[in-house]
Amino acid sequence: MLEISNLVKRYGQDEPVLKGLDLAVDGNSVVAIVGASGAGKSTMLRCINRLVEPTSGSIRLNGTELVNLRHRDLRRARRKIGMVFQGFNLIDRLTVMENVLAGRLGYVSLFQAVSRRYPQEDIERAFVLMERVGIAHYANKRADELSGGERQRVGVVRALMQEPEVLLADEPTASLDPRTSEQIMVLLQSLASELSLPVLINIHNVAQARSYTDRIVGLRHGTMIFDGAPADFDKEALDAIYGGIESPEDEAIPPQAGPGKRESEVRHDST
Amino acid sequence: MTRPDTGEGTTPRTWRKPPFIANPLLRYGLLAVVAVYLVWALGTLPFNWERIGEGLPRAARIFGGGFPPSFSRFDLLLTGFTESLQIAILATLLGVLLSIPFAVMAARNVAPLPVYLLGRAVIIVSRSFHPVIVAILFVAAVGFGPLAGILTLTLYSIGFVGKLLAEEIEEIDWGQVEAMRATGAGYLATLYYAVFPQILPRQVGLSMYQLDSNLRASAVVGIVGAGGIGSTLMNAFGRYDYDFAFAILLVIIAVILVSEGVSGWVRKKIW
Repeated sequence: MLEISNLVKRYGQDEPVLKGLDLAVDGNSVVAIVGASGAGKSTMLRCINRLVEPTSGSIRLNGTELVNLRHRDLRRARRKIGMVFQGFNLIDRLTVMENVLAGRLGYVSLFQAVSRRYPQEDIERAFVLMERVGIAHYANKRADELSGGERQRVGVVRALMQEPEVLLADEPTASLDPRTSEQIMVLLQSLASELSLPVLINIHNVAQARSYTDRIVGLRHGTMIFDGAPADFDKEALDAIYGGIESPEDEAIPPQAGPGKRESEVRHDST
Repeated sequence: MTRPDTGEGTTPRTWRKPPFIANPLLRYGLLAVVAVYLVWALGTLPFNWERIGEGLPRAARIFGGGFPPSFSRFDLLLTGFTESLQIAILATLLGVLLSIPFAVMAARNVAPLPVYLLGRAVIIVSRSFHPVIVAILFVAAVGFGPLAGILTLTLYSIGFVGKLLAEEIEEIDWGQVEAMRATGAGYLATLYYAVFPQILPRQVGLSMYQLDSNLRASAVVGIVGAGGIGSTLMNAFGRYDYDFAFAILLVIIAVILVSEGVSGWVRKKIW
């Protein structure tokens, strides 16, 4: 159970990025957070695991208050919060296995981490999870040799290695091609129910948010203006979130429309 | 494609490269300043043409004495070089190892401000003197011999490698650091996983370069008494053994060439 109440984040003396946000997520629900760039989606997610320091408000994970944790307590709390990034953020020069095991860094000692002597059950867990997402045969490959979709799978497995109680995904599909991004969304959705894990996904693709999540939260200028089932997320809600911002339809059109548009541009260039 | 019809019948258009300095006043002003300076410097520096004239035959005598170079005291040459090599390798190892903590301290993105200032101060101090001056100080402190040379070149390596490494750390991909923090990893584990793999290629390259440069410098600091081939060379000059001195110089050139080739090859391989 993740409970956010009256969350405010302000950088310096500027207008707050988040203006008193309230959100409660429980069980194994997959929640999509949509909103235009700059609406505060990423800031909100990063406040939860304190990669960004909230200015005020409260964030509770299964009863533990996260906002004023420090040092050791903060690191212990972060172990319970898995995060998947837009740019994957893998350690490029290390192997897939080392990247996956890095998810255990909050649990093992520095000596174990540096000498790569991870406990047997961690290695076993790593193989099980890698097999689940289909990357086990890459265990000893360097992370930068993988394709985008495969790298994001490594990112997901790394987050799951933490045995998290909540999973945060910051635009996990934005760097991927349409087909791969669908696969990653399916993966996140099914993992949420298999592991009964609440998942928060920041996402730009409204069509994907509608089809792969149980709940959509719409942010605009740091306040929540929509919270409901994907079925209720209609044209009106879309306009409220993206209204006045250039061409929100681009986000909503199905991927098939992409290549056609590009072809016409090429033709235009050659004349 | 047809030729564009503009330009036919009208005056031919010309083109010149725009001047390097756009402002003509500045352009010609700078030229004038350089000319005035050259006249002034050549006019006031105490060139004693008479003594230069006397010196030329002496130089010719020295070079004449150097031919043919004599390798008769080969064992002395070998001892000197072995010592130089030992000094260079030891100093590189020590310097490179010590440069890592100082580089971390001197990188603004991973060190808190007071630590950063300390790290920068160490690097600036060890960079502010030429190795020869440092060698004079160390010879005075610990006496003639290789120890002074090792200390000198270690300090020199810390300054050089530490500075470049710190800059490398400041330019790493921060996403990997965020990802490690998000797993609950501590400070040192984050350094080991997110920072060091990213600077590793640079570190190896710098170490090779530094070995190269320490080998060169070890010959120079030997001249002020810090051991190695430099001391042998100085003695040879002191005893007017120009043929032996010339042999030493030739071997120094050969060794530098070889070390440069090897370090270039290794750096290319490791990338």
